[in-house]
Amino acid sequence: MTSKLCQKLKSNEFIITAELFPPKGVDVEDLLRRADLIGSLVDGINVTDNQRASMRLGSLATCRLLKEKGYEPILQMACRDRNRIALQSDLLSAYVLGIENVLIISGDHNSIGEYKDAKPVYDLDSTQLLKAARTLESGVDMAGKKLKGSPRFCLGAVVNPTADPIELQIMMMEKKINAGAVFFQTQPVYDIEQYKIFLEKTKHLNTKIMPGVILLKSAQFIKIMAGLPGVNIPKAAVERIEKAKDPLKEGINICAEMIRELRKCADGVHIMAIGLEEYIPEILEKSK
Amino acid sequence: MIITTSKPFSEILSNIKSYKRIFVVGCAACAAKCQTGGEEQVKNMIEELKKENKEVTGFIVLDTPCDMRIVKKDLAKLPEVKRSEALLVLACGGGVQAIEKIVDKPLLPALDPVFVGSIERIGVYNEFCSICGQCIIDSTGGICPVARCAKSLMNGPCGGAVNGKCEVDPELDCAWVLIYNKLNKINKKENIFKVFMEPRKHSKPKKLDNSRKL
Repeated sequence: MTSKLCQKLKSNEFIITAELFPPKGVDVEDLLRRADLIGSLVDGINVTDNQRASMRLGSLATCRLLKEKGYEPILQMACRDRNRIALQSDLLSAYVLGIENVLIISGDHNSIGEYKDAKPVYDLDSTQLLKAARTLESGVDMAGKKLKGSPRFCLGAVVNPTADPIELQIMMMEKKINAGAVFFQTQPVYDIEQYKIFLEKTKHLNTKIMPGVILLKSAQFIKIMAGLPGVNIPKAAVERIEKAKDPLKEGINICAEMIRELRKCADGVHIMAIGLEEYIPEILEKSK
Repeated sequence: MIITTSKPFSEILSNIKSYKRIFVVGCAACAAKCQTGGEEQVKNMIEELKKENKEVTGFIVLDTPCDMRIVKKDLAKLPEVKRSEALLVLACGGGVQAIEKIVDKPLLPALDPVFVGSIERIGVYNEFCSICGQCIIDSTGGICPVARCAKSLMNGPCGGAVNGKCEVDPELDCAWVLIYNKLNKINKKENIFKVFMEPRKHSKPKKLDNSRKL
């Protein structure tokens, strides 16, 4: 593995990643503007894969655009939309386009997205896809057929540190590590004490975890977020936003405080600004 | 059991609009249990058809319309069937298609098959099995993640569950939390938590592949 992210994962430095949503359509100007705002401040930019089962510009094409601008993309790959033939083929495609960082996820179910009537695929689960990617590295595909040239990947997976029972999530992490994951990004965390307990419980796994932080911009936004899969926003954070004169400013403060705390205990952070990436430089500055 | 729901009557009417003489077939097995294709539903259907000025040539509730032998014995030779223009069948697709092999008449399904269900009580059916052809529930505490996890995940839950409920429906239990709790209860956690579950085989067992003969 040679990617910049991979090298950084081997160091003991605090790793910062953020995510961008590809546009619904082909106008990439705004996306590239956002990338310019954060590209040099982060160690990797996740590009979501039809997140929340909405149909968008593809993650792979978007990653390539970021790569051409000199940024470090992380290709998100969901198991929801493709079978094992297409998934493996896209992994090979990613590699030849210079994309080595891949975050493998199961993907939000389409019944909660814009395409309720679509056929969900889930031919492989995320653990199986991780293993498939490592199999490709070994020079054969899942069918055991020899490859003409094999790829190399820096593979990540996700875990939800706020889910209950947490033992089940940790078991998943263990399986994902055995299948090939070398880093984890998480659903948003809001409670540093809860996260520290999670860290303690995962210490033995000896892996890198970048906990997610999210920019809560308004009370309305919190309402929408609370309806999304795997999101557990504690009351304390909700109250701070609701009582604030300037909710966005308060959201930036909460985010920066969280990162400041994480700098003391975590391997890194994964910032989800959801359309407000222009505030990431300010958040990072305040978090120092 | 095959769980079925009744098609909206407007859809049935639209499907039969070019036929006048209709024969009605019910199912005394699954569809009767579901109260979608038993004698009572067949009789109600006949009343509705009459209101629409259709001539009902006759009816029968077959024991198992999915069994071609029964279709041959009890349905095929009925003179009422012969003088009908079409058959309206209150059974699942297995029933309609068994009849298709025997009777050369237009066949109109009156039900939509939904899933293989376990009955809790009338009207409450659980989709516990997706008849995937490769049963693995020995290692998952008797709870099938293929059928009961919305994403059919084999190696554990996704991150989408909140408070033990599935991301697709807050009423629905996360299958993996159920499996976890069950395996904990029976002290068999190592069954699944340490084992990598291979990708499913979507091909059917070989002897069923072509002719689907057992």
